[in-house]
Amino acid sequence: MSTQDRAGSTDRSGVPHWAQHLLVFVIFISIWEMAVQFNWVSALILPSPFAVIVAWWDLAITRGIIWGHFFTTLTEVLVGFIVGATFGIGVAILSAINMTFRRLVSPYMVALQVTPRIAIAPIIVAWLGFGMEPKMAIAAIICFFPMFINALTGLMQVDHENLEMFESMRASKWQIFRHLQLPGALPVIMAGFKTGISLALIGAIVGEFVSASEGIGVLIQRFSFQLLLPEAFASLIMLTAMGLFLYGLATFADRHIVFWRHSDLVNKISRRMRAKNAGLAGIKPLE
Amino acid sequence: MTASPQLDPTPASIADPRETIISSEDLGMVFAAGSVVALQEVNFEIKRGEFISLIGPSGCGKSTLLRIVAGLLTPTGGTLSVKGEPVTRPRPDIGMMFQKPTLLPWKSVMDNVMLPKTLGGRVTKEDKEKAVALLHLVGLEGFEFSFPGQLSGGMQQRVALARLLNTGAEILLLDEPFGALDEFTRERLNVELLRIQREVKATILFVTHNIQEAVFLADDVFVMTPRPGRLTEIVDVGLPRPREIAMMKDADFNQRVFEVRDILGGTI
Repeated sequence: MSTQDRAGSTDRSGVPHWAQHLLVFVIFISIWEMAVQFNWVSALILPSPFAVIVAWWDLAITRGIIWGHFFTTLTEVLVGFIVGATFGIGVAILSAINMTFRRLVSPYMVALQVTPRIAIAPIIVAWLGFGMEPKMAIAAIICFFPMFINALTGLMQVDHENLEMFESMRASKWQIFRHLQLPGALPVIMAGFKTGISLALIGAIVGEFVSASEGIGVLIQRFSFQLLLPEAFASLIMLTAMGLFLYGLATFADRHIVFWRHSDLVNKISRRMRAKNAGLAGIKPLE
Repeated sequence: MTASPQLDPTPASIADPRETIISSEDLGMVFAAGSVVALQEVNFEIKRGEFISLIGPSGCGKSTLLRIVAGLLTPTGGTLSVKGEPVTRPRPDIGMMFQKPTLLPWKSVMDNVMLPKTLGGRVTKEDKEKAVALLHLVGLEGFEFSFPGQLSGGMQQRVALARLLNTGAEILLLDEPFGALDEFTRERLNVELLRIQREVKATILFVTHNIQEAVFLADDVFVMTPRPGRLTEIVDVGLPRPREIAMMKDADFNQRVFEVRDILGGTI
């Protein structure tokens, strides 16, 4: 996120950015509402924002039936992502430290990459049945590849002089991995988190479309078949909210794991370390 | 920056200072299956405590030579010995520093300096105090818990120097360590490097492509020429120590600089 997008920032117009965003949003919603009210578009095809809010209120508050589905999908995404990321990073680590393994495994990685992984969904459902497990598996398979490729890219981009520095200190292969290769790969791995977690959400929804009795994907499909479009849109908004939450989670993890890339965090950590070690000889507070 | 921190006395202060510590006999290095001759018939001896500058145009094999001394490369001909033993792998008494600071941005300055100890096993309280003393020595008092990203290029190289000294090595190999810094920072670090060498009594092999820097720092300047990489001539600088920036105006200093330039002049 760039600094210009931070809350409280302004530009030459003097209007705060949050107010500009709010204005654009209000205009967008107003045009949508008018389009339906004045019958530019049929309300059967495009429900008005007001109808969507009413439907959402009914599903989320009055009847409260949407939350069970919401947490089903969220669980599928999170478990699927954790499994996919663990395998992706694991295979990347093995490939990075063993060239033979990398050579033997790479054709399968390419095959997995070029196969539309969504097409595996019906097969997974046939194997694992109708519960949450097949959705987790599909989410895991879909996010496996970007996690793998990012982790491998990060692990392979070791700076040559850094490597020589470790070798000149007679570091073992494990020490080089632990102190240089792995932490050096974290920025790229964490960038993969953002892609991976969005893909895991797609995987879980695809799984629900194929066959399921619960989840937001099921709701969207069911409401659409019944032409209950306000309800379908309300469900879709829940998915957008989930996507934003997951992306925020990945961004938060990135900031705190790759803290040295964020000057505000580095300054904070540096100050905290200095205060904690104030007793160490020779250390004076800095301005 | 005048206080002397509590550093371990190096073996160099006890041993005979005029003893040969590095020797090279008909050293040769051929890369890419015989097509590139990086070094040919290189012969020299370096005495304990000497400061040697290694100068030459790119491709003359000076970095290759440094990496052979470090034990990072195995020569294809001849022998490179340290204290009478051929070097076959990196040794604890040899340390190296690079043009890039090669600091780990996720570790504090302290933790970067303590890296040699971390790799060696557990870090003790004494190790921490030693690291603080070394940071004092290189003029970074108060920056113990800064991170590399918060420091200027010159300060980062000071951290790298403190880390190098923390390896306890008595032979220091420096590969254009100040090559990426501005002229003023480079001059200041040159003076400080000489002061630190006096304090820790190290033997230094310093690669540079700056003739003035080479002459200013060294007891002897090894002049190398390319295609194939050879040690063409050894220039004895013979200027008094401690060296000061003002000496760069002296006729003797400029005499040496032109001498080195003449040797290089015919080859570039």
